[in-house]
This record gives sequence, structure tokens and C-alpha cells, in this order.
Amino acid sequence: MLKKLLQKNLECLWEEEKLIKIVKRDQPSRAIFFLTPVLAIFLTLFAGGLIFYILGFKPFEALKFFFIVPIADMYGFSELLLKATPLCLIAIGLSFCFKSNNWNIGAEGQLTFGAIVSGGVALLFYNQEGFYILPIVIMAGAIGGMLYASIPAILKTYFNTNEILVSLMLVYVSKLILDYLVVGPWSNPEGFNFPETRQFSDSARLPILFEGLRIHAGIFLALAAVVASWFIFYKTYLGFQMKVSGFSLKTAKYAGYKGKKMIILVFLISGACAGLAGVGEITGPIGQLHREVSPDYGFTAIIVAFLGRLHPVGIIFASLIVAITYLGAETAQIFMQIPKYTGQVFQGMILFFLLASDYLLFFKIKFTGLKK
Amino acid sequence: MIIDINFVGLIITSIMASAVPLILASCGELITERSGVLNLGVEGMMIIGAISGFALMTVTGSLFIAVVGAMIAGVLISTIFAFLTQTLITNHVATGLALTIFGIGISAMIGKNFVGIPGKEFPVLFKSLKDTIPFLSPILFGHSIVFYFAFTLPFFTNYFLKKTKLGLIVRAVGDSPESASNQGINVKLVRYSCILYGGAMCGLAGAYLSMIYTPQWIENMTGGRGWIALALVVFSTWNPIKILIGAMIFGGLTIIQFHMQAMGVRIPVQFLTALPYIVTIVVLVVISRDSRKIRLSTPSSLGKSFYKDN
Repeated sequence: MLKKLLQKNLECLWEEEKLIKIVKRDQPSRAIFFLTPVLAIFLTLFAGGLIFYILGFKPFEALKFFFIVPIADMYGFSELLLKATPLCLIAIGLSFCFKSNNWNIGAEGQLTFGAIVSGGVALLFYNQEGFYILPIVIMAGAIGGMLYASIPAILKTYFNTNEILVSLMLVYVSKLILDYLVVGPWSNPEGFNFPETRQFSDSARLPILFEGLRIHAGIFLALAAVVASWFIFYKTYLGFQMKVSGFSLKTAKYAGYKGKKMIILVFLISGACAGLAGVGEITGPIGQLHREVSPDYGFTAIIVAFLGRLHPVGIIFASLIVAITYLGAETAQIFMQIPKYTGQVFQGMILFFLLASDYLLFFKIKFTGLKK
Repeated sequence: MIIDINFVGLIITSIMASAVPLILASCGELITERSGVLNLGVEGMMIIGAISGFALMTVTGSLFIAVVGAMIAGVLISTIFAFLTQTLITNHVATGLALTIFGIGISAMIGKNFVGIPGKEFPVLFKSLKDTIPFLSPILFGHSIVFYFAFTLPFFTNYFLKKTKLGLIVRAVGDSPESASNQGINVKLVRYSCILYGGAMCGLAGAYLSMIYTPQWIENMTGGRGWIALALVVFSTWNPIKILIGAMIFGGLTIIQFHMQAMGVRIPVQFLTALPYIVTIVVLVVISRDSRKIRLSTPSSLGKSFYKDN
């Protein structure tokens, strides 16, 4: 008797009065659109603490060393900006591609190639000084990035080739070209065969903003890119076209947009941004070309672009947050012997959680409660 | 110049050995893609398989546990992808990228304690037959069981897809999830299984790299093979038998590059190393140029999420 009653109750719970109901939203919620990145960050912190605990570290202390200690002083803050600059710049460029459904994931290669071209130009002027050198070097970097990005773009538009695979393969190629140049023809003749080039002349270098800190004028390039991208996205016809093609390629075609031209354009923009990031890396604090221009900024920037919701302002915040994972990994390794790859694990997790919490954008979870 | 026939046999053997991880990973990914799911996390799943296999081998000392463990690790990591893309309906491309970034990070984290430890010798089959026939026997005999498995896998995959009912279901789900769903097929379940199967194969491919091909753990040791495996699937136009050909070409490129370096060909090392990547691009261009052919062979719902309102 009791069993029967219980069963009936359970059935009732299951079939008619579900405790939790998942309902599709009529329209993606705008508030949640900007709230989920925050949720993703908190979930990442929580999961990160859990990982630290499993690895045998005190979770709170580890998180403190990871996220607070690195930026606790002026030097740390300038390092944060230094790392956030290329991330922001590349992510802004990528947001053009991603918004219009073009999967350029080879920004790392475009950054490297931009660095190669601008470095080559800077080396031409290695024993000269003059105000005209720096602009030429910067231009060269942007053009280098654009050239490199144009390869997947042209192959996609005219040869129907998958841009994901092409842009990614080009990353490996660009790193090998750089390796060849700094070991071989461009290596410093007085450098005892170290894999690096000559130091650039002072006129080819982005000025350092504050004495004793490493933050350099490249940050203005990033800010300029933010403003320009905001203007293009929201105030121009091109931005509108990109948005439409992002939502539905069919609609874009029906509306008669020049699809091929737009694909090439967004790739060029994102290549230029990545190339500029490359310029910042070599003409900023380092002042020469060497083997590793970038610690995978090009790949991390993909996460930044998503975390920032492909919105210029969002990308600024996202780049700062993701830049902490770079610094935190270094600090945590020095003070707590936590392996530095934890940074990458955090970056992967942020993207996982962000994508997962997007579920809330399209679906509502209703607590209906128990009704008699 | 006298060409030693045994030397040629040796080169062919080494080409086949370097093709093994590509075949395994692409055959796994092919099934995943045939069900309409684009998993870009191949590189991440492979590297997870590589470290899990090597770590389990060092800790337990059992090769069997290590190989099976690597496959399970591949399944586990692909479960994340499956849950996100199928249950939470996320974008396939972004989720796959996250999986790769996450996998490389996690593998380096676990692998920190395994750098520099020498691997174990993996037992080979038909060792006694190795010297019987001059040219053929080194090619045919004396390899690990994974090697033989890899070279039969494309044929099994082909049979599975074309001749079995389950294969038909997988193709139906990939070509039109709506119709398949209306026929009473559980699209989500099919796609989940295909993703997990792909994960297992990628895990095995990684284990082959770290346990048999170069028996040691090197950080980031897959070195883009996962991406080449993805390209191979496109190259094969989703036909398992053609994967065999493609994998041999790419394996050949890797091996020829070593031999050219050894012979002292005056081309910078970096250009030779870049060769497989450049050839991948060229091959992709040649294959994809015929857009009609690509459209006909690509699973129609590849990379698109399917959501059934209930």
C-alpha cells in the first residue's frame, strides 16, 4: 500500500510536476550574455582550486599566488599590461573573423610573420637613427601579418579550402622560418652563434613609458585598435554586413553582400592586428628577433576573444584576466613549485566553462517546485 | 648507384611506422565526423593519450594496462567535448579548440615528472619470420600489435560504414539528423558514441607515439600530428581507404626529411621540417578546389548542432 503510494507520488513528480524544467528561451537573454563570462571565471577559479587541492597544494594559497600576488605591486601591474597588450590586439582582430564566421586560428603564425617582416626592416636600419624608422617598422609588421593572413583567406575564397587547417599549418611554417632566419642568415655576426639577431637601433624601438617598468607604447596600438573596431562594428555598413553573415550566411548571400571580399577583408584586419602584436613583442622590451617571439599569444587570444564576447570593451577586460594566468603561472612556479603549465590548463577551462554557461543564454531553468 | 633492396624495405617500414598514429587518429575522427560532429580536439586527445600511456606504463609496469588506459583517457577527455557539444549544444569549433589547449596544458602538467625516464621495449609479433624473405618480411613481420591494428582499421571502418546497419545509422545521423531522429534514432546517443570512439582512437594514437614510436615522454610530442590527421580526413573525402594512402604520403614526408638530412642534402633543416605542413596545405587546396566533389562527400550536418525540442 505504502509502496504503491510512493510510486504514484514519484511518477507524479517525474511526469507531470518536474522539479526542474528546462525551457527554451524565445530570445537569447542579453543580461546573461554579459554575465556568463563572469560566471565562467568563478567556475574556473573553483575548478582551479580543486586541481590545486588534488595536486597537493593549499588551494587558497595557490590561488592567491596565482591571481593576486603577481599584480600586487606597480611592477606586476605593468607586467600585466605588457602581457595583456598583444592579447587584446590579436583578440580584437580575431573578433572580426569570428563575428563573420571565419575561423582564423592561426593568429600565432600571423604574429610571428609580422615579427619577422618588421624585424627584417628594423635590421636594415640597425646602424641608423631617425624619427622615420619606427613608423616604417610598425607598418612592415602590419603588412607582414596581412600577407600571412591573406594565404588562408585567398585559399578559402578561391579554392574552397578549409581556413582552420590552413591557418594552423601556417603557424608551424612561420615558426620554422623564424628559426631558420635567427640561426642562419640573420643571426648576429658578433653574437657567438646565439640564435638571435643584432639589437635594433633605438629609433626602431617602441618607447618605454615609465622608467624601470617594461610597459611600452604598444599599448596605444591596442587601444587604437579597440576604438577603431568599435567604430567599424557598430557604425559602419561593413560591421553590419559582418554581423549578418555571422548570424546567417544564407541571409547575407540573399542580401547580395560581397562574401568573398568580406572574407578577405576580415582576414587582413585580423592579420594586421596580429602582426602589430608581433611588432610590439620584438621592438618593445626585447629589441631583437629571437627564437620564441611569443608564448602562444596567438592561441590564447582566441580565448580572450570569446571571453570578451567579441565586443571591444569586453575584450579589454578579458585580455587583462587571461594575462593574469600568464603571470600567475610564473609566480606560482617560483613560490610554490606549481608547474607553469597550470596557466594553460586555466585558459582551457575558462573556455570550457564559458561555452558551457552559454547554455543559459538559450535555455531557461525553471524551478517549478512541488505542487499538490 | 646500387639500390639495396633491403634498404628500400627498411625505408618503407619506417614510413609505415610513422603513418600509424595518423591512421589511428584519422580513422577515429572520420567516424566522429561521419556522425556530423567536427571535433578539432584531436591534437589534445592524442597528447592526453600519449602521457597517460607513458605514465601508466612507468607506474604499473604493465603495457596492456598502459595501452587500454590511454584509450580510456582519450574517452574521458572526449566526454567533456561530447557533453558540451551534444548536451549543452556549444559550438563545435570553439569547444574543440578548448579541448586542444586544455589537453596540451594537462599533459605537460602530468608529464613534468616523467621527462627523461626511458621507455620500455614493446613486444613485437612474428619476430622469427623477420629474416625469411629478403624484401617483404621486414615490411610484413616484426611489428607491434598496434601497427597491425592500424593497418587493418581502415578496412574495418569501411566495412562498418558501408555494410553494417550501425554504419548506416551513423551516416544517416551525419547527413540528416532530423530525418534520422524522425525515424526513431537517438541522434544524441549515436553522436556521443562516435565522439567517444574517436577519443579512444586518438588516445591509442598518442600511446603509440610515446610507447612504441619514440618510447619516451617529450613535452608537446604530438607536434601537430593531430592537425595533420584532421587534414587527412578532408583529404580522404571521408573515405577510410583513402586515409591509408594519405597517411603513407605524410609518413613518407617525415621519413624522407630524415634521410635527406642524413645524406647531407644542402637544404636548411627547417625547410625540410616544414615540408609536411606545406604539403598538407597544397594537398588540401588540390582536393578542395572541386567544391562539388567536396560538397557531395562531406557529411551534410558536419559541425552543426542538433537540438530536439521535446
